[in-house]
Amino acid sequence: MSKDILSARADFPILKQTINGLPLVYLDNAATTHKPQSVIDAISCYYSTMNANIHRGNHTLAVQATQAYEDVRKKVGTFINAPSSSQVIFTRGTTESINLVAYSFGRAFVKPGDEIIVSQLEHHSNYVPWLLMCQRQGAVFRVLPFDENSELDLQALEKLLNKKTRLVAVNHVSNTLGTVNPVEEIIRVAHAAKVPVLVDGAQAIQHLAHDVQALDADFYAFSGHKMYAPMGVGVLYGKKEWLEQLPPFQSGGEMIDEVTPDSVTFNVLPYKFEAGTPNVADVIGLGAAIDYLNQFNSTELQSFEDELLEYGLGLLRAIPGLTVYGNPRQRSAILPFNIEGIQHYDLGTLLDTKGIAVRTGQHCTQPIMDALHIAGTVRASLAIYNSRDDLDAMAKGIDRVVRLIRRQT
Amino acid sequence: MKATIKEIEQNLIDDFALLENWEEKYEYLIEMGQDMPAMEPALKTDDRLVQGCQSSVWFDIHCEEGNLVFSADSDSLIVKGMVAVLNAIFNGQPAEAVLQSDMSLFDTLGLWRHVSSQRGSGLTAMIGHLKQSAAECLGEQQEEQ
Repeated sequence: MSKDILSARADFPILKQTINGLPLVYLDNAATTHKPQSVIDAISCYYSTMNANIHRGNHTLAVQATQAYEDVRKKVGTFINAPSSSQVIFTRGTTESINLVAYSFGRAFVKPGDEIIVSQLEHHSNYVPWLLMCQRQGAVFRVLPFDENSELDLQALEKLLNKKTRLVAVNHVSNTLGTVNPVEEIIRVAHAAKVPVLVDGAQAIQHLAHDVQALDADFYAFSGHKMYAPMGVGVLYGKKEWLEQLPPFQSGGEMIDEVTPDSVTFNVLPYKFEAGTPNVADVIGLGAAIDYLNQFNSTELQSFEDELLEYGLGLLRAIPGLTVYGNPRQRSAILPFNIEGIQHYDLGTLLDTKGIAVRTGQHCTQPIMDALHIAGTVRASLAIYNSRDDLDAMAKGIDRVVRLIRRQT
Repeated sequence: MKATIKEIEQNLIDDFALLENWEEKYEYLIEMGQDMPAMEPALKTDDRLVQGCQSSVWFDIHCEEGNLVFSADSDSLIVKGMVAVLNAIFNGQPAEAVLQSDMSLFDTLGLWRHVSSQRGSGLTAMIGHLKQSAAECLGEQQEEQ
């Protein structure tokens, strides 16, 4: 029997507080989600009872901490259905996971004149690392555009792919528009051209099914803090044949096998990519977040969030002068909009006076803003603990802000 | 004679003290922005944009006999309100006084913590821009003397 989704809200202590004297309505989940008590307790418990540096120690605490850390690696492997937990690399977050691949893959496989394809829907963290890598390696940076419905153009992908293409980087879900990209199809098309694909799963891991083998992704990156785990921990999954061929990203302790006065050999996977003392406490927090999510039925959770999204989109579309951006066939958890004549920053700031937390601006996606010819948007984004009440409060708040501003101008 | 920076700041502090909550404060700020003298549309060029703001903010600043004189605007009503506060206090003031001002007013109004911490508001960038112009104005004046 899975846990009732409606009971989730009570598990998040931060949601009990008031902002400006009003109950917190938190709709900034695409930026970061809150943490359930069980995750907070797991971190506190680690520091209270187990804290030790892992792997090389032989005292009791070091052994326990190592065991707990490696147990989470297995848990993550099962969570994303990785063939082996040695293909799960802990990083600081999605950004570091992508930078790791951009650096190491670039060094190993990208020569002057080669090409990389990145979608126009990317967050800067899956755009800039590739742009910089292309500059370093003298490679050509190609952008796969999105269409008027905010969907990627797969025919354009087929045309862009050629013998010089070395990798395609694409997000599973757009952090700005919520578009669910057809990553399975993108991967199939790219693989037909013998090109590997990196998927940025930062906005998907907490909402959609996550099976890296079914996807056949070569690399899949995500962050803990957007899936109810702490900040400062993320994951890079990679196919073994790729990870084994890539040179290390950072160097130092833990990642070495043998060091002589003038040479070094590297440790096996996954340690080759985990230089230095890792963020053990937050990895353990990530394990607790996975345990938390595993209590729910993932299909039910997705339908719950999809229904909430549709409800929110309906409320927004009924507001005069409001534009919702994008019209993808499948959208996940993100409501991007603007109201005619009202600057997004003003709307966000005034909603905050009513305890309503949304995000405003470019959302680290300037290429999307340029393509849509806008300066920014308001973005509301959903999580497991949101309700129709939250969306009603936002719609009511928007109405109030619109009246206040119309009175003044 | 124009009131001093301190005097104008005190008047603003007194005005804001009458406002009971954040919504009222922002409403008042928006009103101040709407009442501010309009900036010539032709002056809203990219080279007059202040960098570091989520909204567009334009400042056209001149140095007139050692005084800082400017017109400014923003596409955000709230930011325009903050511009209006800066306008009320600093426009026409001696560059030296602008440089010496500790800008503590924004702390007192409670606006600093609320607004300046948000990168989007660009208040820090605007103040930096004003101070830099004041420093240049002072430099020019000293060269003339």
